[in-house]
Amino acid sequence: MEKNIISLRGIVAEYDGERVLDGLDLDIRDEEFVTFLGPSGCGKTTTLRIIGGFIEPKEGDVFFDGKKINGLPPYQRHVNTVFQRYALFPHLDVFENVAFGLKLKKMPKEQIADKVEEMLKLVNLSGFESRSINQLSGGQQQRVAIARALVNEPKVLLLDEPLGALDLKLRKEMQLELKRIQQSLKITFIYVTHDQEEALTMSDRVVVMKRGEIMQIGTPQDIYNEPANAFVADFIGESNIVDGVMHKDFLVEFAGVEFDCVDKGFETDEQVDVVIRPEDIKVVPVDEAQLTGLVESVTFKGVHYEIAVDGHGQKWIIHSTLSQTPGTLIGMMVTPEDIHIMKKMEE
Amino acid sequence: MKMKYAAYPYIIWLIVFMAIPMGLIIYFALTDASGAFTIANIAQTGRYMPVLIRSIWLATISTAVCLVLAYPLSYMLSRMQGLTSRTLLTLVMLPMWMNFLLRTYAWMTLLEKNGIINQILGVFGIEPLTMINTQGAVIMGMVYNYIPFMILPLHSVMVKIGKDVIEAAQDLGASPASVFSQVILPLSMPGVRTGITMVFVPAVSTFVISQMLGGGTNQLIGDIIELQFLGNAYNPSLGSAISMVLMVLVLLCMSLTGFFDDDDVEDRLI
Repeated sequence: MEKNIISLRGIVAEYDGERVLDGLDLDIRDEEFVTFLGPSGCGKTTTLRIIGGFIEPKEGDVFFDGKKINGLPPYQRHVNTVFQRYALFPHLDVFENVAFGLKLKKMPKEQIADKVEEMLKLVNLSGFESRSINQLSGGQQQRVAIARALVNEPKVLLLDEPLGALDLKLRKEMQLELKRIQQSLKITFIYVTHDQEEALTMSDRVVVMKRGEIMQIGTPQDIYNEPANAFVADFIGESNIVDGVMHKDFLVEFAGVEFDCVDKGFETDEQVDVVIRPEDIKVVPVDEAQLTGLVESVTFKGVHYEIAVDGHGQKWIIHSTLSQTPGTLIGMMVTPEDIHIMKKMEE
Repeated sequence: MKMKYAAYPYIIWLIVFMAIPMGLIIYFALTDASGAFTIANIAQTGRYMPVLIRSIWLATISTAVCLVLAYPLSYMLSRMQGLTSRTLLTLVMLPMWMNFLLRTYAWMTLLEKNGIINQILGVFGIEPLTMINTQGAVIMGMVYNYIPFMILPLHSVMVKIGKDVIEAAQDLGASPASVFSQVILPLSMPGVRTGITMVFVPAVSTFVISQMLGGGTNQLIGDIIELQFLGNAYNPSLGSAISMVLMVLVLLCMSLTGFFDDDDVEDRLI
């Protein structure tokens, strides 16, 4: 389990003279579900395409199962890709699409038929063998694309925002289905998305990227609860990010108030980013509060209300199951464990 | 089904420019000078069988040459960046904006016994070649004039083949040769069919090219037809009969090679 199936070392990639990956180091373990998460232009798709062999890195090495595979063309790599817009073959039917890779390997016909059938069953498309591609819905095309890649029994499956074109409900279904497939086949999935919820739902580990650099690698829980910096905190879920000063270990000042906290190891009076999740701010009576503010607006979000508060110039977002009346003064409280102190990011 | 009023102009257009002329050709082909029904005209076309066969043969060769030349060019054009591709495509089209006769005359002066090519060869001490008034010159004239009609449909089909589909094939283990035979070729077949039709049909019935570049010895069926209408052999009935036979033969050839079925491949691409 702890074996590295893919290792990237010092990967530098440029596109039109612009650096999109800047010295990337990354190890991906066998049989894990890894997600590259980041805003567009962060280099996540480029990284995936380097692993797939569609882009040659300018510098750095790619290792597959311990062997260097720089310069190996895509058709000689033991990885398969599910493309963003499926890229199914329009001149072939569902069966022929899925059988494409096997036919190239000159596998006997009966064996191909068996494998394709098995794979279509896995993606819930039994009986669709002779359908033409344009008769399928987006979700079905997606399943064909997944089956077409998986039937080759790759050690690693690369998925480039495969659910981007589907509606929300279908996307959620497919997320669970992908996870189920990954666990039943025990192969490595490398998944690219800009959707943080998708990343948290499916992944064993998430790699958060920004402008060609890795910001944080960790389990979804780590990334959410212990973001490495304000960028990660902001990108993974909503956050209140405020400027603060770390007076000494376990004591931080922000919004004009001193708070106890659980972080240490900063310099005396160091400028820091303070990150507080909206759901970690509790609304309390004003006389018991650490902070006060005027309710600016209340938006119903289904599970919770999103309350925007103006605390003497400092804006706060609170998620609460109780609504508040706009215009009233409320008190707010945060427990020390919910105050996350981060080093200022150099821009 | 309800007829839409908007379709009427097209129906009138079709009647005036397609149905009526077609009817006239059939009428002339099946009547004699006095207007009585006869199949003598059709029977007479048998005399021109060798010319007909030569026309089909030369048109087939020209179409094949066009395809071989245009296919790689179209593919390269379709894989280029937008601006480069558009510029090169315009260059391909550019000669078409020049008058057809003028272009063919230009080739006469190039290919003549003491034309430019032979003069240049003479500088190197090479004996003048006989190029004009040969079948080769006719084929070359056809290829030169009709190749844009091969490039355009091929190009328009090939630009629709997404880069991602090609990458998907590579990803699934296809070598460059397999990518071509398994993906690019089948996906470009609609363009190949259209291109062949668009080159073969005008090539088989051309008359100017054969007259100007082929001399008297390489008469094509188009020349014979022209003679019946504009030449001294004036006989519209025979001309119509030959045209009809030619049309039937072309339709027959194409339906035999399956040109009219499988149109859905094109739909699937879009």
